[in-house]
Amino acid sequence: MNSIETDKGSSLWKDAWIKLSKNRLALVGLGLLVILIVTSLLTPLIAPYGYEAQNLDMGATAPSLQHWLGTDIFGRDMLTRIMYGGRVSLMVGFIATAVALVIGILWGATAGFFGGRLDAIMMRIVDVLYALPFMIFIILLMVVFGRNILLLFFAIGAVEWLTMARIVRSQVMALRNQEFVEAASSLGLSQWTIIRRHIIPNTLGPVIVYTTLTIPSVMLLEAFLSFLGLGIQPPQSSWGLLINYGVETMEEYPWLLIFPGLALSLTLFALNFLGDGLRDALDPRTSKD
Amino acid sequence: MAILEVDGLKVYFHTRNGVVKAVDDVSFSVDSGETLAIVGESGSGKSVTCYSLLDLLPKPPAKIEGGTALFNGKDLLTCTADEMRHHRCNDIAVIFQDPMTSLNPFLTIGEQLIEPLIYHPDKSKIETRSRAKEKAVKLLDEVGIIDPHTRFNCYPHEFSGGMRQRVMIAMALITEPKLLICDEPTTALDVTIQAQILELIKKLQETRNVAVIFISHDLGVVAGIADKIIVMCEGTIRETGDTDAVFYHSSNDYTKKLLDAIPEGAKVLPNRVTSNEPLVEVSNLKTFFKNESGKNDDDRYIKAVNNVSLTIPRGEILGLVGESGSGKSTLGRSILQLAPTTQGSVKFEGKTLTGLSSSELFPWRRKMQMIFQDPYASLNPRMTVFETLSEPLLYHKLATKKTIASQIKQLMDDVGLSQGQLKKYPHEFSGGQRQRIAIGRAIATKPEFIIADEPVSALDVTIQAQILDLILDLVERHNLTMMFISHDLSVVRYICDRVVIMQHGVVVEEGDTEMLWANPQQLYTKDLLAAIPLADPISERSRIAEA
Repeated sequence: MNSIETDKGSSLWKDAWIKLSKNRLALVGLGLLVILIVTSLLTPLIAPYGYEAQNLDMGATAPSLQHWLGTDIFGRDMLTRIMYGGRVSLMVGFIATAVALVIGILWGATAGFFGGRLDAIMMRIVDVLYALPFMIFIILLMVVFGRNILLLFFAIGAVEWLTMARIVRSQVMALRNQEFVEAASSLGLSQWTIIRRHIIPNTLGPVIVYTTLTIPSVMLLEAFLSFLGLGIQPPQSSWGLLINYGVETMEEYPWLLIFPGLALSLTLFALNFLGDGLRDALDPRTSKD
Repeated sequence: MAILEVDGLKVYFHTRNGVVKAVDDVSFSVDSGETLAIVGESGSGKSVTCYSLLDLLPKPPAKIEGGTALFNGKDLLTCTADEMRHHRCNDIAVIFQDPMTSLNPFLTIGEQLIEPLIYHPDKSKIETRSRAKEKAVKLLDEVGIIDPHTRFNCYPHEFSGGMRQRVMIAMALITEPKLLICDEPTTALDVTIQAQILELIKKLQETRNVAVIFISHDLGVVAGIADKIIVMCEGTIRETGDTDAVFYHSSNDYTKKLLDAIPEGAKVLPNRVTSNEPLVEVSNLKTFFKNESGKNDDDRYIKAVNNVSLTIPRGEILGLVGESGSGKSTLGRSILQLAPTTQGSVKFEGKTLTGLSSSELFPWRRKMQMIFQDPYASLNPRMTVFETLSEPLLYHKLATKKTIASQIKQLMDDVGLSQGQLKKYPHEFSGGQRQRIAIGRAIATKPEFIIADEPVSALDVTIQAQILDLILDLVERHNLTMMFISHDLSVVRYICDRVVIMQHGVVVEEGDTEMLWANPQQLYTKDLLAAIPLADPISERSRIAEA
């Protein structure tokens, strides 16, 4: 009912942006990510071949002028497949992590802030979900809702939020007895406003670091599920799947492993640089210069 | 003969933002059996001076740039790590400020006490466990631990703060050092405990003839026990002299400033409006916390506030005094409905606040505010000053987007901060400035009643004086009613009209400040008043001698 939004209200974020724009490494990471995202958005327009276009005469050729990154054993262009794979992998990475972030932060912040019995119940739920074998959980979801790529994202997100919730909860528990939180409640701020304005911004450091770790692990999880036939299916591809196939033929056709591996590593580097930059930028204690 | 002679000591910190001269050309000497007090405000370099002698500083960033420190003729600054270990084991011991964190919670105090004896670097000096224990028990007895044989096997959490500091002292003395460095050993303790610890240190020093370096920010604390005093500021020595000379005949401006900042007597406010109309009425208030480990009915609850009744008339500054654990902070929070009350009622302007829902309380929140103790924890580190100050105004709809800038500028003026600092974050301010921001936030909604919970106890004495004067000025200008919670009786006497003394959750005594000082009725009040350290060496000495 009482919201506080002023033109100067966003100055933590504004200052963060100024600081981020001075951090060269973070900008490189951001630039790389933007390039990757734009490329995968435009893939259907700019990809040199169709992702399922086979050319059995050209099976497993090394990189050449015709196929910059070589072809796989069916003669499909690797560059094309990596570009299409990036669409799936980046989408999984970002959507599943976003799901994990939202659920994890809200769940953890609520449990940590209110404490007591609510906290006990909420965290026991987390424990039960932790104990539930991940595979069974996913298979159950797939059985109930049918196989659907969006559902896959949510399923992965719904598993990854558990750790996030624990991290946020422990942060919040340390914060909730701080005097500035008490000062806010003596001003009459509602508990939701306190969580939103005073608690969550102060948990951002560890959350960002954990997020940059979650995105790659989610991408690999998708590969694992796809490998078991629960994720996306050939002829569609993802980086994780390409790497999986690449490993099998590593000795004969190393480019089938190297290039998708490079694409994944590049993304991880970019994410880590950006994540570190963001963490520093969002901490007012690091200097602006 | 001087046991320690420090000459031209320079310790610089090489930080990213340049070189900080933490200690700059400091020279002094200590004789055996003598107490040297090093007094200064935070950041004056008093602790760095002593830690550099024992090689306890983190290097880098710290670097000893020059000087000598001769301990019995040997230079401590250039000795090898092995020699330093010998010095630490045999000759020099340290007592740290916070007894809560300076003992290992996983070892019994006995185990920690005998550690230096059974792991002595000099093989020939290693003692057997049983002999070490014998020694330790004797020492525990000497520092005033009752039933030392049983207590030897207790863990630190089974001791109170004062008892832990006694254990720390025993630990420091077990190697029979010739020099004892005490770094603010009483700052974290209650005033009555502080008096006991000071007496103990004085007594042990006399019986054992050790030299003591006593670091403190409080001139009152050292008045009774110091033979010589060094006053430090910004890494340099401002004055050195006998205790009496420093206290009674100092010509140094900085020393005078420190002495003047000690609150003395009562401050009179000529322009204040007071009335007999009660603003806050507390009757039979009980705030209990559940104690899960309690076995019988009696200790199933921690009775933080137990049946307290008091009335605060409009315009009064009421002092609430008590030692740690007396329930004074909980009482304050219960009055503001920040802690859940168990029984009883709190009335504000005749309206009962207890039992109201948070939305019903909302309009009353504007009228009652709080100032907190720790200015480092009471401001959200991720909000600029502007955001912190605008929050109460916008939330209570006391400002619009158009007026907010000018209202906040007015607030900054009120608390004595410049307007150029609005876009800064809390970490960019000093402790005193932060407390000004916190006060600004509390008065932003133009409240009628403010609870100040130890607002100056985390501050240096000169800053403390400024903040107290700011509070008094605001009380006068805005006709505030205030409850001032403190453990520091001199501060309370300085600003409060009336005082309530609390112990173990109940009110022990209450009365007008000067009446209470002149004629305390209860034994506890008398003890409290007697324990206040005075910045007057002659009366302090006679008090310690009496004890």
